Order: sequence, then structure tokens, then C-alpha cells
Amino acid sequence: MRSLPSTFTRARPEPERGGTPIPYPPRMSITYLEAIREAQARALAEDSRVFIYGQDVGSFGGAFKATKNLFQEFPGRVIDAPISEDAMVGAAIGATLEGMRPIIEMQFADFSTTGFNQIVNHAATMFWRTKIPCPVTIRLPCGGTEGGGPFHSQSLEAIYAHYPGLVVMTPATVEDAYSMLLEAVAIDDPVIFCEHKFLYYHLKAPKLPTEALPTGKARIAREGRDMTIVTYSAMLHEALAVASELAMEGIEVEVVDLRTIKPLDTDTVIASVARTGRLLCVGEAWPWGGVTAEVIARVASEAFGLLDAPPVRLNAKDTPVPYHPELWKTHRPTAQTILASARKLLDL
Amino acid sequence: MVESVIGRDSTPVPTTLRDDFISAYRWMVLARVLDDKLASLYRGGKIFGGVFLGRGQEALSVSVGVSLRKGDVFAPLIRDAAGRLAFGETILDSVRTYFGSSLGPMRGRDGNVHRGRPKEGLLAMISHLGAMISVVNGTLLARRFQGVKETVGAACIGDGATSTGSFHEALNQAAIEKLPLVLVVADNQYAYSTPSSRQFACASLVDKAQGYGVEGHSVDGTDLVACLRVLKDAVSRARAGQGPQLVVASLLRLCGHGEHDDAHYVDPKFKQSALGRDCMKVAEEHLLRQNWAGASVLETWRLDAVQKVDEAVARVQREPAPDPFKEDWYALSAKHLHEGQAGA
Repeated sequence: MRSLPSTFTRARPEPERGGTPIPYPPRMSITYLEAIREAQARALAEDSRVFIYGQDVGSFGGAFKATKNLFQEFPGRVIDAPISEDAMVGAAIGATLEGMRPIIEMQFADFSTTGFNQIVNHAATMFWRTKIPCPVTIRLPCGGTEGGGPFHSQSLEAIYAHYPGLVVMTPATVEDAYSMLLEAVAIDDPVIFCEHKFLYYHLKAPKLPTEALPTGKARIAREGRDMTIVTYSAMLHEALAVASELAMEGIEVEVVDLRTIKPLDTDTVIASVARTGRLLCVGEAWPWGGVTAEVIARVASEAFGLLDAPPVRLNAKDTPVPYHPELWKTHRPTAQTILASARKLLDL
Repeated sequence: MVESVIGRDSTPVPTTLRDDFISAYRWMVLARVLDDKLASLYRGGKIFGGVFLGRGQEALSVSVGVSLRKGDVFAPLIRDAAGRLAFGETILDSVRTYFGSSLGPMRGRDGNVHRGRPKEGLLAMISHLGAMISVVNGTLLARRFQGVKETVGAACIGDGATSTGSFHEALNQAAIEKLPLVLVVADNQYAYSTPSSRQFACASLVDKAQGYGVEGHSVDGTDLVACLRVLKDAVSRARAGQGPQLVVASLLRLCGHGEHDDAHYVDPKFKQSALGRDCMKVAEEHLLRQNWAGASVLETWRLDAVQKVDEAVARVQREPAPDPFKEDWYALSAKHLHEGQAGA
């Protein structure tokens, strides 16, 4: 573990008595969404180069309220954008050339595809072509929720990870949502920050973290010796539920939370497989050429001898994400299907 | 880094129409000579990839370059050798990028027209048309945040780029934010081989200005006098806070899309019309008619340009190619986050 970047370790200044009302009342617990909001508030407070640009992020506070009150607290620095993802990212790139550190909020990850060109061909190539870093953070509210349907549910981390020049983060916990977003803003390269919508309200932590693992380092979310489940984002919690279930039968599952999928912490994955000999890889995204495929390819090519059974992966079905909750539940991996895959792998 | 300095501030500031015109004309000559040299190097098999010329568009392009100030932002496109030179790009930057020299601004990583020095306001275009406009917007937004006043950003595009979503999004964005953007459209009748009739259906592209709520200007792109007047006016208006300016110039591309293209599809009627005039010749006739320069002076200027270009080409041809074994092959500036390095 290490401390958060130095610019972000100062405590938030306490508002003076009788001054502006405190927009962050002391809480007993904080949600994943609030952590994202707090991280942005802190980045804005501590770095004058930071601004937020996205649809409805201003006085409305964002479609999910991830920028609630930031417009009022940081006048002129939280800007409503027209429905123009290409121009949003293009403007962010231009701003980085002038020394700014923009945060772009895509209303849904799904809509980032209309800004795709500027992200993968412009932001991602800027440093390599010109030696000028491009510190833009692009927030992608991703993943499925009930009733989200084909165009409000996508998990697009793999297509961004495919392109050189991007860092792709997939925080699974409240603590990571906070610390990794601060890291994303501090990193000099473009960061695709995949925040999972299902975790926004469901996931809570007692308080915000003061230290974090380095970016690019995976975390052993649960230790075990019988098999390894490698996963990230919302699927971490499904995997942990499976590990708890199997623990009652005396089976110890090690769960690895990748945290960032690019760079991918192959060392931690292989070290875990060395302990367990069995690998199950779980992702909510589509299977073809995805994160699970990449993890398994690396383990198979770099650590084949450590495997006691063929590695297994579990992904969403290869169809668009369905609307009806009954279809959606079956479309993506859940604790139930992960458990079935895990049992099968353990029997091999 | 001497070559990289935007150099116009070292030349005398033109004070009269005559001086303005001559200064612009000489950049045009340099651009035309440079373009011709690159074309002949291409035919000699000396250039990797394509060569893209600004033949016929020099008057428009140079007018953008000379109307901007040091410190402004300029996003030229593929036919803007003249504007680039006038804005301060060196011949060496151009030749080095075409040759892929390791000493050039792109170090062999990118080539031909994809070059720039963004920290000096000269943006390095990507190939996706219309993409640079919103990037210019972003530089201007940043300057607004930083309290920089009286700054202008110019982006050059062709008629083809006006059909992109990027064009629409960016011009609309600039209008909403009332940014000091000057968007210059060279309507040169063809996007590669596609005629304007297959590109847009409005009477003139300048009609779009009204739709976006920005000021629009039309100009004869073959006429340097008109181009200088219109571009200076548009840049002044943007600088004075009048918001985005859309400038649409009518002209004809007097070459192929690139030097690989013989442009056989260009309708002869264009070549015989006023659109098909060569802006260089029009400018020369103006110089002679006004008695601003005689034929021998014009020839001296041309030879001066030839010498500068030949010197640059001779120098760059002796420069080292990039060495793949000296490349670091890192796409990220944060090297510790490069794949294979993380968690180490």
C-alpha cells in the first residue's frame, strides 16, 4: 500500500462556521457514487488545472449525480456540454495541450463510441507522436443494471485497452473508486475510468481511504489455495459471494481484483495461479477478444506448467445486453453461474 | 531548437497593403517551390507514403498564416504549406517529417502533413477530417480558464470535412462557447475524387454559418488581395470577441488529392473557369500591374526560395533515419504504467 499522490493527501479544508453550508455532511458510510463525487471535488479543490465537462454535469449535477453541487462549489469549472461526444473529447485534448487536466463525463459508457475517434486516434496517440502528454480522464459509467437494455449497459473496457496509449481502470470498491479516480487525474496519460453503475448506490464503505495500491497493481481480494478467480469491477462481488459459498464446503478460493485492466498485473495473476493451479476468469463484458481472453492467454503462454486444469472463462453472452431483468440476469455472469463454473473446474 | 521558433516576429511588420501583399506572396512562392520539390522527390521514390500539395490554395492558406499572431493556435490541414510557413513552421520541419528524419518534430513516428509543434500553437493534425476543430476549441477554452486574452485559434478544412459529424459538433460547440475560432473552409470542388455536388446540397457552404449562429464570410480563394482582406477581418473579429468566424473560399485544387492521384476526374470546365485560376499567377499579375515588383525581382524571390528548399532537402537527406533499436516503444508518458512494467 502507498499513500495517495501528494497533491491529494491534504485534508479537505473545514468550512468556517457561518460560511458556506457544508455540502459534505459527515457520514457513517459513503457509496461508490459519492466516492466518485468526492474524488472530483478534491481534484477540483486541489488542482486549478482540473475542470469537468460533460452532458448535464452542471447545475443539474449529472445524470447519476456524480457531480452534485460541484457546479456551485467550483464556479466556471463544471461545464455542461452539448450532446457531442466527439467534440467533448476533442476539446479536452486541446485543453491538455494548454496545460489543463480535464475530466470528461460520458453520460453512459455506451455513448463513448461517438467520441471513440478522438479517444483512440487522438488522445491515445498524442504523447507518442508529439512528446506532449495528454492527461485527460474520461469517466465511463458502465455495466448493466435492470432495465438498462442494449444502449445503457455496455462494458467497453476491452476495446479501449486494445489501443496503445490509454490506461484503463475498472474499480470494484468504494475505496478504489475514490483513490483511482484521483490517480487517474494525476496520471499524465489519458485514462479510461470505467465506473460500474450497478455499484453506484449498492456499494458502501465506512469512510474514504487515505492510501491505495499503486495503479496497475492487482489486489488479492480474498486468499485461497484451491482455485483462483480473476475478475474486476462489479463481477468482483459476485466472485466473492461464490468464494464465501465454497468456503462453507471447505474450498478456499483466491479472488484477484485486477483494478486496472491496462496495464494488466500479470505477475499477481500468475503468482496466484502458482498457489492454486486452477484459473477461472470472469468478466461482465462480451467474450470475444476481451479481458478474460487476455488473462487466460497470458497465463497459458507464460505459466502453462502451473496449471492443473484448463483455464476457464465466463463472460456475458455474445448478444447485445437485454432489457428485461429476467433476460439480463441470464445474459451476464452471476454468482450462480460463476459457482457452477467453479465447481466444474474444481472437479477437473 | 532554433528551427522550431515561430519566426515571424523577427521579420519586419508589414505596414502597408503593398508590404503585406509582398510578404504573403513570398511565403506562397516558398510553399509552391517546396511542394514542387516534394512532388519530384516523391516521383523519384525518395518519400515514404504520400505527398499532399497545396497547389492552388496558397493564397487562402497564407492569408490564414499571416493573419495569426505568435501565440495564437493554428491547426492546418493537408494543403497548408503556405499557411504553415507564414505561421512560423520551418522548411526543415516539413522536409524532415516527409523523410521521417529522427531529427524532425515527429521523429519518424508520423509523416508528411501530420506534423506540428503543439506547444508553439501549431497543432499536429490527425487524418480524421474535422477532428482538429474541437481540439482548437479546447485550446481556446483552456486559455479562457487561464485568463489569456485576445487569442485566436484557426482551423483549416476542405469541403469534404464539412460533411463530418466532427465539423458539426465542433462548430456548434464553438458557437455555444462563443470561442475565438476562425474556421477556414477551402471549397476546392473535390474531396479526393468526390465532387461538391455529392458532398453538400446547400447553395454555398457559407450558408451553414447562419445555422450555427456564427458569422460567415465568402471569398474568392484565387485572389490574394481578397483572401488577405477577408482573413484579417475574420481573425480581428474573433480576437475582438465576436465569436466564431466561418470563412468559405471558392477555388480549385490544382493537383491530385495526393501525388499518387492524376486527378483525371476533374471537370475541364472548372479549369477554364475563374475558379481554376492559379492564385500564384493572379498574385504575380497583381504585383506587376501595381508596379510593386518587376519580373526580375519575382525571379530573384523564386530563386531565393529554391535555394532555401534545396539546402533543407540536401541537409535532411544526410540526416539519420530513426533507429528501431533506440526507440523506447512506449505509448505512455508514464513509463511505469506501460504494459509489462506495472506492478514491478
